Amino acid sequence: MKLVNPANKRKHSLIIVGSGLAGGAAAASLGELGYKVKCFCFQDSPRRAHSIAAQGGINAAKNYPNDGESVYRLFYDTVKGGDFRAREGNVYRLAQISGKIIDQCVAQGVPFAREYGGSLSNRSFGGAQVSRTFYARGQTGQQLLLGAYQALERQIHAGSVTMIPRTEMLDLIVVDGKARGIVARNLVSGEISVHIADAVIIASGGYSNVYYLSTNAKGSNATAIWRAYKRGALFANPCFTQIHPTCIPVSGDYQSKLTLMSESLRNDGRIWVPKKKGDSRPPNEIPEEERDYYLERRYPSFGNLVPRDVASRNAKAMCDEGYGVGKTGLGVYLDFSEAIGRLGEKTVRERYGNLFDMYQRITDEDPYKVPMRIYPAIHYTMGGLWVDYQLQSTIPGLFVLGEANFSDHGANRLGASALMQGLSDGYFIIPYTVGNYLATNKFANVDVAQPEVKEAIASVQQRIDKLLSIKGKRTVDSFHRELGKIVWDYCGMARTAGGLETAIGKIRALREEYWKDVTVPGSGDDLNESLEKAGRVADFFELAELMCIDARDRNESCGGHFREEYQTPEGEAQRDDERYSYVAAWGYRGPGAQPELTKEPLEFNYVHPSQRSYK
Amino acid sequence: MKLTLKIWRQKNGKEKGAFVRYPVDDVDPEMSILECLDVLNESLILRGEAPVAFEHDCREGICGSCGFVINGVPHGPERATTACQLTMRHFKEGDELTLEPWRANAFPLVKDLVVNRRAFDHIIQAGGYVSVSTGQAPDGNTILIGKEIADESMDAAACIGCGACVAACPNASAALFTGAKITHLGVLPQGEPERERRALAMVAQMNAEGFGNCTNIGECTGACPKEIPLEVIAKMNYDYVCGSINRRDDLPSPVPPVVTAGSGA
Repeated sequence: MKLVNPANKRKHSLIIVGSGLAGGAAAASLGELGYKVKCFCFQDSPRRAHSIAAQGGINAAKNYPNDGESVYRLFYDTVKGGDFRAREGNVYRLAQISGKIIDQCVAQGVPFAREYGGSLSNRSFGGAQVSRTFYARGQTGQQLLLGAYQALERQIHAGSVTMIPRTEMLDLIVVDGKARGIVARNLVSGEISVHIADAVIIASGGYSNVYYLSTNAKGSNATAIWRAYKRGALFANPCFTQIHPTCIPVSGDYQSKLTLMSESLRNDGRIWVPKKKGDSRPPNEIPEEERDYYLERRYPSFGNLVPRDVASRNAKAMCDEGYGVGKTGLGVYLDFSEAIGRLGEKTVRERYGNLFDMYQRITDEDPYKVPMRIYPAIHYTMGGLWVDYQLQSTIPGLFVLGEANFSDHGANRLGASALMQGLSDGYFIIPYTVGNYLATNKFANVDVAQPEVKEAIASVQQRIDKLLSIKGKRTVDSFHRELGKIVWDYCGMARTAGGLETAIGKIRALREEYWKDVTVPGSGDDLNESLEKAGRVADFFELAELMCIDARDRNESCGGHFREEYQTPEGEAQRDDERYSYVAAWGYRGPGAQPELTKEPLEFNYVHPSQRSYK
Repeated sequence: MKLTLKIWRQKNGKEKGAFVRYPVDDVDPEMSILECLDVLNESLILRGEAPVAFEHDCREGICGSCGFVINGVPHGPERATTACQLTMRHFKEGDELTLEPWRANAFPLVKDLVVNRRAFDHIIQAGGYVSVSTGQAPDGNTILIGKEIADESMDAAACIGCGACVAACPNASAALFTGAKITHLGVLPQGEPERERRALAMVAQMNAEGFGNCTNIGECTGACPKEIPLEVIAKMNYDYVCGSINRRDDLPSPVPPVVTAGSGA
């Protein structure tokens, strides 16, 4: 790979969209190298990015516990956990880098959990058979993000990074086939501005909010990646979404988001439902022999620690059959009474105290006395913009990091691997690959009066004007809620070809209604959250349709993509490696046109694809 | 249940603001106060009125975006709870809740309940980090840190930067916020080489941003949703005093704040 002469680095400008683990780490690292960096986030400060909400931990192949961990094992587990739908090379690099991430974060002062002797503490997480997870209480994401944020603030102070908060990317500027800048809107003043650079790096996170109710932050959105898709970047595996099994169930129509509780709870909690359908007795009055510990029954070797997709699907199946608990019937019990009996309340409090407190704060029920109620919720999207090994999209000069790309998790992500991937992309991959791109390309000056730039500004302005002028009868949120329900029902935990067909029809009809009947109050030159949401929801409509098209096209089940037609006799996901061992990368072909599918075949040279079994 | 929200409405930092009363029916005890505002906003939009602007994002108590003063208390009456996790079951039929933004010179108002907290970022910029660039780190276990030290550091590092401490303080001091970062890094061996310099720079910046002085009242820690202990302020003062003595010739000059009301930047 080519290098940029240190004296020339300051002559290269870079744009980074997003300030989470991937974007923040990239901005800090590239600033340290001497590039001229502009970093954008829609929040008031880069410290708010949603990486902050990750609880459980971060994986690394350190093998400190001497329990058989290795780079190869982390690589193997990630490829297998992803149900053999990830690229081997990328995953191997991720496993190789994982240890350096921990070193870097420790050096920054991230207060990881420690043993009394002073060494770093590890735990097993999400069903892994080795203890490879590093953590900082139940706030690992927060601490890692603050580490990256502090490194970023240091570069802002040094003058190498300019931070532009409360500003959202609304379009990508492509000149001579290369990504050369963005059009952005200041969310307070409404000012539309153009920013030109030699390369653009998008690290804007995932698109779980298509479903309206998800564990993502309210502001998390797909607009940056969707605008890039419409400018020619391919979108890979959009239907690969992850449902997290341990969330607090929905309590009413007003519900605005779902709260996740770390799946570390499954290490000691036992999941059950009553054996009798519609049993309305309080849980403590249901005797032991009338409880069905269905995960332990079906998966004797992994029990409650089966991977996320398996645990989620089973919970949905039990509720669909009428065994669900709580007032909505959409919930299963997660019971700690056995653990409290075995370990004592004190130990349970030490391990999960903050999670129990959070549960009690939200539900007003004491999980030390009454079993928790949990239900699956959308949590992470493995799909995203297609990138090559350099993390470059199909538009030269557009790089995509973290959850916004599709690269490492295949059809299902393992617990504690999102933080690892975000930081790996940001700290250790992009500084090399973007340098190679800058060193091997020439960059003509881009004038803001150029037609490509003027066209991008005009299309952004037009869209805003259009949304403000409809003045219909329904709010943005009411449309978003309805869209989310469609996608959840037909493109959620279980999918069928017929259901996806229905969903596509419903999404199109609702989108049409949206552009005729939505109402957006206020103006474009003010802090106007309804307007922000309106643009994002418009993009979610289009993305939702692409998710359904992708899900319909993939006639197999794998990881989080479960097509009911394709299952083993035991009801597990049935892959079809003959026909579907590829990455589905979709290209935009204009409004209303069927997107074009490009297939990247997946070759497995080291790991032999097998049927996942957790029995 | 039915209750009344008395909310501070102000279009921007230049125009005058006032309280406006909004009756809200169908409040479910399970909803959070932010969801209650969502319900109100939906009805305001359908009536053609401007919805109430308030800041929020993760809605699970960790991002630090949300927060306003509820009946005189930042984040409301529940201890260790952010506004997004404050459920309506803590209020009763017929209650009137007064909602107003953080009020501090260093937090200029943007709109309604939204204020500009960039001053916090400026304090971190002044020195709230360990000066280590990517790639320089030794193996993680070469730096041994006793569990008690790691825990003390983590207690301080739990700060979410919401600004409730400033809003609660009669002097609008940012001592708890600044002390939390100084303590998080200062007790760790990684933070030791820059400990005094960090305290000097961050305190100087805090003063330059227009926050008031700390007079040890302790309202900040009472309002803190993460229960950051008051001891972090003592730690800050200790490091500051040591630095003032040991580094007399090396005092930093703070970057003057560039915040203008409503700019958001």
